[in-house]
Amino acid sequence: MITFMNNSDSEEEPCNERTSLMSAESPPVPSYQDGRQASEAGEAQGHRKRRAGSSRSPNNIASGERSDSRVPVRESTLENEEEELTLKYGAKHVIMLFVPVTLCMIVVVATIKSVRFYTEKNGQLIYTPFSEDTPSVGQRLLNSVLNTIIMISVIIVMTVFLVLLYKYRCYKFIHGWLILSSLMLLFLFTYIYLGEVLKTYNVAMDYPTLFLVIWNFGAVGMICIHWKGPLQLQQAYLIMISALMALVFIKYLPEWSAWVILGAISIYDLMAVLCPKGPLRMLVETAQERNEPIFPALIYSSAMMWTVGMAKPDTAARGSSQQPWDAGLFACPSSIQSTVPWKQWICLRLQVNLGQAPVLYCAYSLLSVYWVVDDRYISGHLTIFPCVFYSLLQGLCLTLLLLAVFKKALPALPISITFGLIFYFSTDNLVRPFMDTLASHQLYI
Amino acid sequence: AFFWLVSLLLSSLIWFIAVKASDPRDERLQKGLLIFGVMFSVLLQEAFRFLYYKLLRKAIEGLVALSEDGCSPISIQQMAYVAGVGFGLMSGAFSMINLLADALGPGTVGIHGDSQLYFLTSAFMTMVLIFLHTFWGILFFHGCEHRRWWEITAVVVMHLTVSGSSFCNPLYVGSLVPSYLLMAAAAAWAYLLSGGSAQNLRRFLLCKS
Repeated sequence: MITFMNNSDSEEEPCNERTSLMSAESPPVPSYQDGRQASEAGEAQGHRKRRAGSSRSPNNIASGERSDSRVPVRESTLENEEEELTLKYGAKHVIMLFVPVTLCMIVVVATIKSVRFYTEKNGQLIYTPFSEDTPSVGQRLLNSVLNTIIMISVIIVMTVFLVLLYKYRCYKFIHGWLILSSLMLLFLFTYIYLGEVLKTYNVAMDYPTLFLVIWNFGAVGMICIHWKGPLQLQQAYLIMISALMALVFIKYLPEWSAWVILGAISIYDLMAVLCPKGPLRMLVETAQERNEPIFPALIYSSAMMWTVGMAKPDTAARGSSQQPWDAGLFACPSSIQSTVPWKQWICLRLQVNLGQAPVLYCAYSLLSVYWVVDDRYISGHLTIFPCVFYSLLQGLCLTLLLLAVFKKALPALPISITFGLIFYFSTDNLVRPFMDTLASHQLYI
Repeated sequence: AFFWLVSLLLSSLIWFIAVKASDPRDERLQKGLLIFGVMFSVLLQEAFRFLYYKLLRKAIEGLVALSEDGCSPISIQQMAYVAGVGFGLMSGAFSMINLLADALGPGTVGIHGDSQLYFLTSAFMTMVLIFLHTFWGILFFHGCEHRRWWEITAVVVMHLTVSGSSFCNPLYVGSLVPSYLLMAAAAAWAYLLSGGSAQNLRRFLLCKS
């Protein structure tokens, strides 16, 4: 475990990888609709992969075992302190996670409400070839299930591929992959988004200006993601990217497929992290065996970045002379830093768990915006939104709590998504008529 | 707030089942079912408040066990307040959010002969409910802590009264006035239970140290 804290060796590599934001992504594949969708297909696939891949925290059982060598008496008091620290930092980090999730949702909802483009259904990704415009319910259900199977199998293949790449130390390949994907996201999707927003508000912009704007946005984004950058900027890019991803999915994923995929993703996440042969677990274990900080570029990069983000105030207060990216690992008060490495591990683990940021926010905002997209809800039935939003947040809290209790790698998506789905469907069908009737008679409960 | 949401979910489930199982054309029956739904929802909310109290009790025990000096960083009174605020805010959000969304759109209030003060009174009613939930939280938890069952029943009865008074709408004097009076009473009671007194209040108002 101590090795996670050691950043002296291979400083160059972790430095570059740590502040990188994206995880693995496939190069664009041709679709059968049009060229633009090809890039989105690649992006979607990568997004899916990322979503699966980054929703967990490191498995640090090994580090826990190191503490076994201590005197039992000290261990119990230290354990108490550990748990107390866990609770304290858990609470703080839960709150810190609420803000980006909320912001992402707000951005996505605002865009959907104003920019018509994202609600028009103009074809589908290559990964969801079955259309949902079928006349019968059964057929539609079947199509959505088939779409889900294809999507999930793509994700599994990509994850396994990633693990193999990592196992055989093809770091350069992974690097290139990441850079390509972030390039595409930052430039292409932003271009499309900006174009649509300008169209909606009927604002004219000439190509040189557009080029300048997008170039600056993209270049700064690349630097922030793959290297270092100011904290706020990194967070802002994180939110923008998640929002862009969510928007792409809303546009190109048919509705029922999206629901089934959300459910399937959480199940897959559960299995991939907890089963002994799960690819994500193998990734963590391989990284542990090699005594490397778990290849940050892939999965935890957002975590590290986020950790840096959260750590900065602490380190500034403590006057630490460590480098910014390094400080992320030590974002615990100095009182405990002196003797007990495994406390730092807890802090790290808490923070790292929060690091599936872009993907999580994307998933959450997807859930929350479906009520906006659905035509039935145009007449102002906003009650679903607080329901779903709140249940997602609760799921998040619960996940972090369980993390503190179980002290090992946990999938972050399932609980929140389950809560969100349950609340969405139940609110839609049950609570809405009840509240409507109450409101029409002006009764209060 | 989450617990309030779950209670709302369950009560609307019950109401929904009842409505589906009954004749939709019978007006009186529907009204009766609605009243039943409201009362049941109130009882469920209080039940969930009790469950939440149990959960927080366990959490406090855990915190006390962990802490170094034997007392938890957050007291049960603070938790009671927070729980009350959570309940209140969630219920307020649910009451108002559709109204607010509709208030943005084109339309005239009360065009079919209903009261024109609909939005205003809804706002006031929601506000009083939020405050009441906060105070009820404090009272309820205090009653549970000190095993004073009459306090708990008082809270339940108050809640039922307030919900019942909303049946008088649109005769707003029948619903708003009692609710505000009850709120004042509950506020005073909660203040006294939390350790306040007339002396404290005077000192605060006169800015004495």
